[in-house]
Amino acid sequence: MVGYIIQRFIAMLLTLVAVSIVAFAIIQLPPGDYLTSYIASLSATGDQVDPRVIENLRSQYGLGEPFYVQYWKWVTGIVQGNFGHSFEWKRPVWELIWGRLGYSILLEGLAVVVMWLVALPIGIYAAVRKYSLGDYLATIGGFIGLAVPNFFFALILMYLAFTWFGTTLGGLFSPEFENARWSLPRIWDFLSHAWAPILVLATGGTAELIRILRANLLDELKKPYVTTARAKGLPEWKVVLKYPVRLALNPLISTIGWLLPALVSGSVIVSVVMNLPTAGPMLLRSLTTQDMYLAGAIILLLSVLTVVGTLISDILLAWIDPRIRYGGK
Amino acid sequence: MAVDTMTPVQAKARAIVPAKRESQFGLMWRRFRQHRLALVSLWVVAAFYLVAVLAEFLAPTDPSAYSARYTYAPPQGIQLIATEPDGSWSFQLHVNGYKTEIDPVALRRTFVIDPEERIPVQFFVPSKPYLLAGFIPMSVKLMGVTEPRAPFYVLGADRLGRDLLSRLIHGTRISLSIGLAGVTLSLFFGIIIGGFAGFYGGWFDTAVMRVVEFIRSMPTIPLWLGLAAAMPKDWSALQTYFAITLILSLIGWTELARVVRGRFLSLRTEDFVTAAQLDGASDWRIITRHMVPSFMSHIIAAATLAIPGMILAETALSFLGLGLQAPIVSWGTLLQDAQNIRTLATAPWLLTPGICVVVIILSMNFFGDGLRDAADPHGR
Repeated sequence: MVGYIIQRFIAMLLTLVAVSIVAFAIIQLPPGDYLTSYIASLSATGDQVDPRVIENLRSQYGLGEPFYVQYWKWVTGIVQGNFGHSFEWKRPVWELIWGRLGYSILLEGLAVVVMWLVALPIGIYAAVRKYSLGDYLATIGGFIGLAVPNFFFALILMYLAFTWFGTTLGGLFSPEFENARWSLPRIWDFLSHAWAPILVLATGGTAELIRILRANLLDELKKPYVTTARAKGLPEWKVVLKYPVRLALNPLISTIGWLLPALVSGSVIVSVVMNLPTAGPMLLRSLTTQDMYLAGAIILLLSVLTVVGTLISDILLAWIDPRIRYGGK
Repeated sequence: MAVDTMTPVQAKARAIVPAKRESQFGLMWRRFRQHRLALVSLWVVAAFYLVAVLAEFLAPTDPSAYSARYTYAPPQGIQLIATEPDGSWSFQLHVNGYKTEIDPVALRRTFVIDPEERIPVQFFVPSKPYLLAGFIPMSVKLMGVTEPRAPFYVLGADRLGRDLLSRLIHGTRISLSIGLAGVTLSLFFGIIIGGFAGFYGGWFDTAVMRVVEFIRSMPTIPLWLGLAAAMPKDWSALQTYFAITLILSLIGWTELARVVRGRFLSLRTEDFVTAAQLDGASDWRIITRHMVPSFMSHIIAAATLAIPGMILAETALSFLGLGLQAPIVSWGTLLQDAQNIRTLATAPWLLTPGICVVVIILSMNFFGDGLRDAADPHGR
């Protein structure tokens, strides 16, 4: 188990290095160097540009030096918690994004929980009552859930809420709770806002999970040990829940690994549509204004989020499945 | 392969009727037809692509023709039956005109359909000359109104009074073609890289698979956004179009490369490949003559299943404003107009492009599933 975790951990570190290179490449992509455009924007607003400040920034980011030198300066800065400076907001990047990133993680985490809570009973029901009305409904719902782009779903939800109830969905808090401290009323306010984005985010993944769970469980239910259990007179719920469901869960946990990238992707676009204070809208804004250190840091952190999530799902899988734990490599 | 899928009845028929051999395509088609949903989806997909090809002919107006008089005019629909005031009725294709009313609360001009006013709709109406699909000169449109300056907004109008139906039809062309182009490019990379990895194996295979795993573990939209944002703003429509295609296939090739590699790996040890090797056939000949034909159908099915993802990605990027840009009409750029809840409340018909996205993705998925099942000789 420990060996397996160490092995996965090393793989994760290598992935993180690759992720950081990609993120840095994106920072470097736009033509021209950001300092030049920063100076241009400063001069445009009539600010005096102190040559010493410029020189300072130039050496800090290693501008004009080769790619690997700049990358190294950037990456060592990040390891020390310095994500660079946002030229648009004129503040350190980390200060700008940590709060937003927290809401991203919170929303995505809640979406994963909702996915599981919804998919588990429906998937089991659909497999046990194969070809029943409920099974067909689950299948049709699953197909539609996969085909509706989540931003479109969000738009429809907002439209319906507006025309039927006259409320605008969007944001995560009412204005009076925006900057308040966490308290019970604030949590309630959060939940009454967050249900919509969580629902939107969870739909696609839920559909996918139901499909996988149903297929896995159907395979398991055909096996002789299930017949044996039934012949021994075990109550039906025990026959299903005791072993087949547990076995069918294994592939389900490993799917988190590839559900997460989709979830993080989806949350970016849904956050833009529903105007949520998460990392997504800030990423979009920073990209359109070419505030590249901010954009690069967000891309990096979102990717790190998925990589770490994948590691967690790998470890969970090892914990649940002894075949992996005992190194059936 | 033919013997595998033959039922006893067919075997008997074969004994009586002079042997009729069916091609692999014929067999696939027969299996595919049994899949009802896939068959229906095939027709839906074909219809969409037909619309994309015939866009200029089918669209009643130019997609960029605007009219300040009809801002956010609601959908007229097409009426089939005209009722006279005395109760008699007759078949007459027509649309209703608009009445303007002033909203007493918002003090805004709103359009209301006026059932009194009838504007007849005709087929094959003459229009300004245009080139169909870029090279066939034509000067008729499928449908239209002959009265000059009469409004014709079957699906409603947008902020600038442009006809949504026409824009939707032209958007279909861009959105569907970007899906095809993206998959073609992905397929090209996928076959070359996956083929090499699967056929030769070794360190190259390991390296490719690590790269594929890595790319697939990244959240795609932030990555795409980052790449798309680096496109210079002064690029022409065509350049942006190709750049977006390239960006989409930078991630799209991974899935196809995996499929191709898997196929190569499983076929590499098959007897017929060994036989060809013993015969002294070159690698190139083994790959192109023996291996590729035996899994081409799988690859086509996998590619079909990859198209919806491409269409979705383009829609999402353009929707966020970092994909295709304004003069180009695609489903994504059309949906961009519907981002604002105020706009949506006044003009919910702006969401129709989204319905098109859902329909094409559903049917592409069913079609691809059916194709995959039909292509699998060991299935069922």
